[in-house]
Amino acid sequence: MDDSMETMIEVQDLTKYYGPHLAVSRLEFQVAAGEIVGFLGPNGAGKTTTLKILAGFLAPSAGTARINGYDCVTDSLPVRRSLGYVPENVAIYPDLTVTQFLRFAARAKGVEAKAEKGETGRVLAACGLDDVRGKLVAALSKGYRQRLGLAQALLNQPPLLILDEPTIGLDPSQIVEIRQLIKDLEGAHTVMLSSHILPEVSQLCHRVIIINRGQIVASDTPENLSRQLGRGSRVVMTVTGPADQVEPALQAVAGVSRVLSQGGGKYLVEADNGHELRPQLAQVVVTRGWQLLELKAQEFTLEDVFLNLVTEEES
Amino acid sequence: MTQIRGWLAVVRKELTVYFGTPIFYITGFFFLLLAGYFFYTNVIYYNIISFQAAQQAGNPQVAAQLNPQQMIYRPLFAVLGIILLFLVPFITMRLMAEEKRSGTAELLFTYPLTDWAVIAGKFGAALLVYLILLAFTFSYSVILGLITRLDWGSLGAGYLGLVLLGAACLSLGLFASSLTENQIVAGVVAFALLLLFWIIGWVQELGAGALGSVFQDLSLLHHFENFTQGVIDTRDLVYCLSFIYFFLFLTKRQLESRRWRA
Repeated sequence: MDDSMETMIEVQDLTKYYGPHLAVSRLEFQVAAGEIVGFLGPNGAGKTTTLKILAGFLAPSAGTARINGYDCVTDSLPVRRSLGYVPENVAIYPDLTVTQFLRFAARAKGVEAKAEKGETGRVLAACGLDDVRGKLVAALSKGYRQRLGLAQALLNQPPLLILDEPTIGLDPSQIVEIRQLIKDLEGAHTVMLSSHILPEVSQLCHRVIIINRGQIVASDTPENLSRQLGRGSRVVMTVTGPADQVEPALQAVAGVSRVLSQGGGKYLVEADNGHELRPQLAQVVVTRGWQLLELKAQEFTLEDVFLNLVTEEES
Repeated sequence: MTQIRGWLAVVRKELTVYFGTPIFYITGFFFLLLAGYFFYTNVIYYNIISFQAAQQAGNPQVAAQLNPQQMIYRPLFAVLGIILLFLVPFITMRLMAEEKRSGTAELLFTYPLTDWAVIAGKFGAALLVYLILLAFTFSYSVILGLITRLDWGSLGAGYLGLVLLGAACLSLGLFASSLTENQIVAGVVAFALLLLFWIIGWVQELGAGALGSVFQDLSLLHHFENFTQGVIDTRDLVYCLSFIYFFLFLTKRQLESRRWRA
C-alpha cells in the first residue's frame, strides 16, 4: 500500500471469539482509499466474521478496527454512514417491493428527502433493476436479489463497500454481470470483497489478503503473490526431437530447477526465482537442430499460491 | 434530524409490512368482531335493564347505576383489556424475531440508525396499528352518541387507559420478540408475561399483606381499572409510562448485547 494514500480501513490486533472458539486471531492490515482488496480464504477462515466487525454488526473480542478514521465500536454511527455492506446471501424484506425497499434503505441511510427519488433511480439503473422495480422482493431471482443487495449498498455513495461473497450461488452469466458491476465501482469507492473463488479475486482486485484459520498468511497484489509465492517462473515448450536427449539438454541450462515431460514433445520447465529462461532454452533447441513449435512463459496462478499457503499452514 | 428520518423510515417500513401481509387484516377482523359483539350485547342489556327500571320506577339505587358509562363502557373496556392480552402478541411477535430469523437484521443494524431509532420505529408502527383498530371501536360510541347522552369525559379517560395499556403491552411484546428468533416463542413469552402482569395483583386478595400491595401496584389490571371508571390518576399515568420505558429499555439492552455475544 502506498503510504501517501489516505487509509480507509485500519485493523489492529483484531480478535474475535465465539464462546471458546477463536474465529479471528490478531488480524492486522490496512486498506488505502480507492483500493479494491480481495479477502481470500477457505470456508471458516474468519472472512465473514472480520467483515461483520468492519460493518459494525459485531464487536471484536479484542483489538481495533477503524474505518475512515472512526472506530468501529465507539464511533459506530459514523462508521456505518461511511460504508455500504452486502452480507453473504443477503436477506432482504420479502414483503416489500424493490422500490419500497430501496426507499426505506435510502431514508435509513440519511439520503435527503428531495434527493431520495433520484438516488434510488440511480442505483436501480446502475444495478440493472429497472425492469423489476415494482416486483416483490420475494418474487426476485437470486441474481436480482444479489443485485438489489449491491444497489442498497451503493445508496448515498458511501466511500467504502464491503461485499461478502458477492457472487456466491449465482449462475455463470449472473456472476459475469455482478463482477462487471463491481469492476465499474473502481475509482469511486474503496471495495473490500471476500471470496473463495480465486479467478474472481485475481480479476477484480488490486490486492489480495489471504487468511486461514483466522490469521493472515499473505497480502500483496495477485501478480506479486503469484511471482513470489509461486517460487520462480515456468515455461511451457513443445520441441520435436529425441525425447531422451531433449530433457537432459533442457535440464543442463543454467537456472533450470526442474523439467517435466508432459508427452507429445511438450515440456514444462521450472526456473529458480527471477530467471528469464526463454532465450537460453530457445538457443539450446536451435543449436541442436531440433524444431521449436511452442515457447511461452506460464504464470503461477493464484490457485497454486493459495493451495501452497493453505497446505503449508496445515502441515 | 437524520435519526428522526431514520425512525420514520422504520415506522413506514413496518407499516408497509403490516398492511401488505394478512397480519393486520386478520387480527383486526377478529378484534373488531369481538369488540363489536361485546358492545352490542352491552347496549342490548342496558336497553333491557333501563326499560325494566322505567316500568318499575322509583328505585333510586337502580337508577343511579343506569348510565351508559357503568352499563356499557366499563364492562366493554374490561373485556377489551383482556382481548388485548391475546391481540398484542400477534402484533408484536414478528417485529424483532423475524429480522433475526430471516437475516435482515444484518442489513438493518449496519444502517446508520441508532438502536433507539429502530426500537421506537417498530414500537411506533405497532402502536399505530393498534390505534387504528381502537379508532374503529370509537365509531360505535359516535353512533351511540347520536341517540343517547354520553359522558365524553369519562369515555375519553377509558380510551386513554386503553391506549396506555395497549402501549404498555406492545412494549412488553416487542421485548419478548427481541429475545428469540422464533416468532411462536416470542408470542408465547409475550402472552405469558402479559398474563402474569395482569393477574399479579390477585395475590393481594389472598391476603398477602404489604408484599401483596406491591404486587397489586405492579399489576396492569389494577391501574387499568381506574381508567375504566373514568378516573385519570397520575399514579396510573406514571405506572404506564414507566412500564413502557422499562420494556423499551430492556429491548435496547437486548439488542446491544447481540453485538457482543453473537
